[in-house]
Formats: sequence, structure tokens, C-alpha cells
Amino acid sequence: MKPLVPVPAAARVILGVGFFAMFVGVWAAVTYSGYVPPLFLASPGQALLSGWSLLTEYGFLGDIAVTIWRVVGGFVIAAACGVPLGLLMGTFKPVEAFFEPFVSFARYLPASAFIPLLILWVGIGETQKLSLIFIGSFFQIVIMVSVIAGGTRMDLVEAAYTLGAKSRGVLRRVILPASAPLVMETLRLVLGWAWTYVIVAELIGASSGIGHMIMDSQRLLDTGQMIFGIVVIGLIGLATDFLFKALNRWLFPWAAL
Amino acid sequence: MSNKTLRIAGVTRTFPGRGKAGPTLALQPTDMTAAPGEFIAILGPSGCGKSTLLRIVAGLDQPTAGSVTLDGAPVTAPGADRGMVFQSYTLFPWLTVAQNIRFGLQERGVPDAEQQAIAARFIARTGLKGFENHWPRQLSGGMQQRCALARALANDPEILLLDEPFGALDHQTRELMQELLLEIWEADRKTVLFVTHDIDEAIFLAKRVVVMSARPGRIKADVPIPLPYPRDWTMKTSAEFGTLKARLMGEIREEVRKAAMA
Ligand SMILES: Nc1ncnc2c1ncn2[C@@H]1O[C@H](COP(=O)(O)OP(=O)(O)O)[C@@H](O)[C@H]1O
Ligand SMILES: [Mg+2]
Repeated sequence: MKPLVPVPAAARVILGVGFFAMFVGVWAAVTYSGYVPPLFLASPGQALLSGWSLLTEYGFLGDIAVTIWRVVGGFVIAAACGVPLGLLMGTFKPVEAFFEPFVSFARYLPASAFIPLLILWVGIGETQKLSLIFIGSFFQIVIMVSVIAGGTRMDLVEAAYTLGAKSRGVLRRVILPASAPLVMETLRLVLGWAWTYVIVAELIGASSGIGHMIMDSQRLLDTGQMIFGIVVIGLIGLATDFLFKALNRWLFPWAAL
Repeated sequence: MSNKTLRIAGVTRTFPGRGKAGPTLALQPTDMTAAPGEFIAILGPSGCGKSTLLRIVAGLDQPTAGSVTLDGAPVTAPGADRGMVFQSYTLFPWLTVAQNIRFGLQERGVPDAEQQAIAARFIARTGLKGFENHWPRQLSGGMQQRCALARALANDPEILLLDEPFGALDHQTRELMQELLLEIWEADRKTVLFVTHDIDEAIFLAKRVVVMSARPGRIKADVPIPLPYPRDWTMKTSAEFGTLKARLMGEIREEVRKAAMA
């Protein structure tokens, strides 16, 4: 192996799938051999069976839909507020000086610690789930987007000025497009974190959703269902990652990929 | 054709020091006048304040003292009347060649049909036909700088500020670019300030070569280049070219040595 030499596409797929296979292999080995009892860890087959019954008998698809709705809802609100604020902060230094200290402080507040407060404030309905995801995502988005916008190549900004652009034009036609690919990359990252917040929100005070199902299964000591729920989250994450990457390639054909 | 006179009067620039480092005097009081349509090369060793001077004329930097005026009107901010091409590649990566060239026109609200016509004209003049819809990253360095030149020219500026625009190109490409620039200047007669540290380039292109001293920069000599236009590459081997080159080398050698020792 040589440092930084790219690997051919086919080999990449084989390697990537290989680790998955190995992972499932080890899991199968420790469960089917009886080394780890089913009470702690269901076998892959058992997890699949539990999953099947979840889907067919317990309307798990509905839970999945509810969870996706919550993540996307909270995340879209956070992005819709956070991206413009971040862009303004990165572009206009007085705006940054005004908000940055607070945002830096707020982003270290653990979102899950807000759950009790949020329940007090808005109850255990959808607003609480959306609020938690918002708190968890918004400040991260703001900070990361402002850093991205602030890092816009100065020579491009100056080129725009010499072509007659004013502040507005520079923001709209240089800083915005220059930041867009990295902003999308940031959103992809933060969406991943939003998934952890939604599950936490659903573990406490929810009557539907993947997190609620996992909590229910614990009461029944059904590790198969719990594992199936966790795997479903992973698969959805993988799918959104894939979608985001495809979207970026489509939106930003000019960026070297 | 440009018809405004550029006056640089007593322009000085001191950069404030950072931390322990004291302030840097980058430019001593500098006076210079560019007649409408004149092609002036600014020649000097690296670090002597050439870019600083050009950036002040562009309005991208403010002089510590002195003033820049265009037909008497003070220059305080960048504007479309002073187009610039930088040494680094500054095409907007998210715009195609044609869109890059139209950037300034769009900013000024020129009607769409006119934008297209102007872009097409400068694409043809800079030899970029067939590359209109390419992204900058798909172009060679020479093509990117041709596109940057077309982008600046499309705005029809009074003055063209070129800061070592061919500095990052290989020798052969550089010579072709010089000929292209000359061809455009001979046709349009725009005022050009062309910064370079290449003596041949300065003589081949300019009507006047302004030699700057090592840092802190000041104008050390102002040498007219009496070679007739239109010029072509064969002039680079003429006796007159040789004489001018010897003179400028004499002027600049000392400064380069000072800059290297500093
Ligand atoms: N923004 C800046 N801050 C501090 N010093 C600077 C800045 N820009 C240029 N300088 C200094 O001013 C001097 C002249 O720089 P410059 O005009 O870029 O030279 P040239 O283009 O002739 O190579 C250099 O010594 C450089 O270090
Ligand atoms: Mg320079």
C-alpha cells in the first residue's frame, strides 16, 4: 500500500462489502455458537425475523415514517434558519461579533439535557421532538456555515469587486455559490447527528417512532427487535448519505469531484 | 479607446505591524500619470510594492497618503471602470467560461441579448470559441487567463490593471499571451498598467516602462520604449530591443540585489 494512492472502483466495492460481511459473520458466530445468549444479543436470523413481524404485524413502517418526518422536519427548520444566519455571520464581521460568542456557547449545551425542560415547556408532542432536533442542529449549522462563508477565497471576492459588484452582489454571486458545496456537506453531517437526537427524544415520552419501538422492545427483552430498529436507522442514514452525495454531484458539477 | 487620464499623486502605503513586527513601508510617495490609451509596464523586484500600487489604483486597498484620480475624480473604491486580471486564477469556478465573461455585465444590468453578444465577441477575440460551456477547472492555465482577460474587457473599462497575469504560465504560452494582449491593445487602445518582473515582457508590450526600486518601493526610472506598434515577436531579437534590455537590466539588477539582501 502506498499513501494516498486511490483504489480502483471494483476493489473499493469489494473491500467495503467485505467489512460488512465480516461484521455480520462475527455477529453470527458469537450468537449461533451460544457464546452470547439471546437475552443479550439476538442472532442475525432472529433479528430479521423480529423485523419481519414488526413490519407486518406491528405497523413498524408507520414508526419509521414518523421518525423520518420528525428528523426531516426539525432539520429543515434548523437549516432554513441556520444557513442564512451563518452566511451573514461569515460575510459581515459585525454580525459575527454580535452572535458568535453566544452561538459558540450554545452549541456546547447538550441537546438531550433539554428534554426535561422541553417537556415542561411544550409537552411530549411533536413540538418537543422538533425542538430538540432544532436545538441540537441549529447552533452547529450556524457556526460551521459561518466558518465556511468566512473562508471564501478573497481573490474571488476582489475579482467580483473589480467587475463592478457591490456587497449584495458579492454575497449573492460569490460567497453563496462558493460556500454551497461545503454547506451541503455540513448539512449531511449534521443530519447524521439529528438522527441521534430524534431517537433520544423518542426514548423518552413518545408513543410512536423507531426510538419508542426500541424502548418497548426492551421491556419485552426482545433484542431481535431492538437490533432490527438500530439497523434500520443505520440503513436510512446510509441511504440519505448516498442521496446527499448524488444531489451534490448534480448541483455542483463544477466542483472537482 | 480610453479617454481619461489616470493620476497617481504622492501615493504611499504603510502596512501596520502585527505583534512584534513593526509597520512595513511598502510604497514610498509615488507619482505617475498615465495618458489615455497608454500602455505602461511596471517593472520591479518581488516585494517592491507593485501589487500594492495596482491594488490602490483598483480601489482594493487604500493609500496611507496621496491620491489616485481618474480625470480628476478621486478613486476610493473598486469599480467597473478599472478592470483587473490577477496573477492567481480567479475565474469563478461555478460559472462556465461564457458566464464568467458575463459576470460584470449582469452586475450592471446589461440586457440579456447584449450580454450574449458581448460575451461572444470576447470569446472569439481571446480564442476561446468552443469552450464557452466549459468549467474553469477544465481549462489550461493560459486559457483561464485569457478568459479572465475577456471577463475584464467585456466590462469595457477605462483602465486595465494587469498584475503579473502571465506569471504562472510556461514560457511558450506566455509569449503567445503577450501577442494576444498586444493585438487587443492595438485595436482598443485602452490604458493599461501591466505589472511584471520580466524585462523582455515589459519592453515587448509597453510604450513606457516604469522601474521600481527594492522595498520600500519608489519609481526609480521611467523609460520610454520607442519601438513602433504594431509589434511582433521578431522585434525581440532586434538591436534596439537589446539596447533597451541592457539599460533596464542595469536599472533593475541593483534593485534585485538589494531585495535579495534585505
Ligand atoms: N496586507 C499586507 N499586510 C502587510 N504587509 C503587506 C501586505 N501586502 C503586502 N505587504 C508587504 O508589502 C510589500 C510589497 O508587497 P507587494 O505589493 O505585494 O509586492 P510585489 O507585488 O511587488 O511583489 C511586501 O514586503 C509585502 O510583504
Ligand atoms: Mg505582486
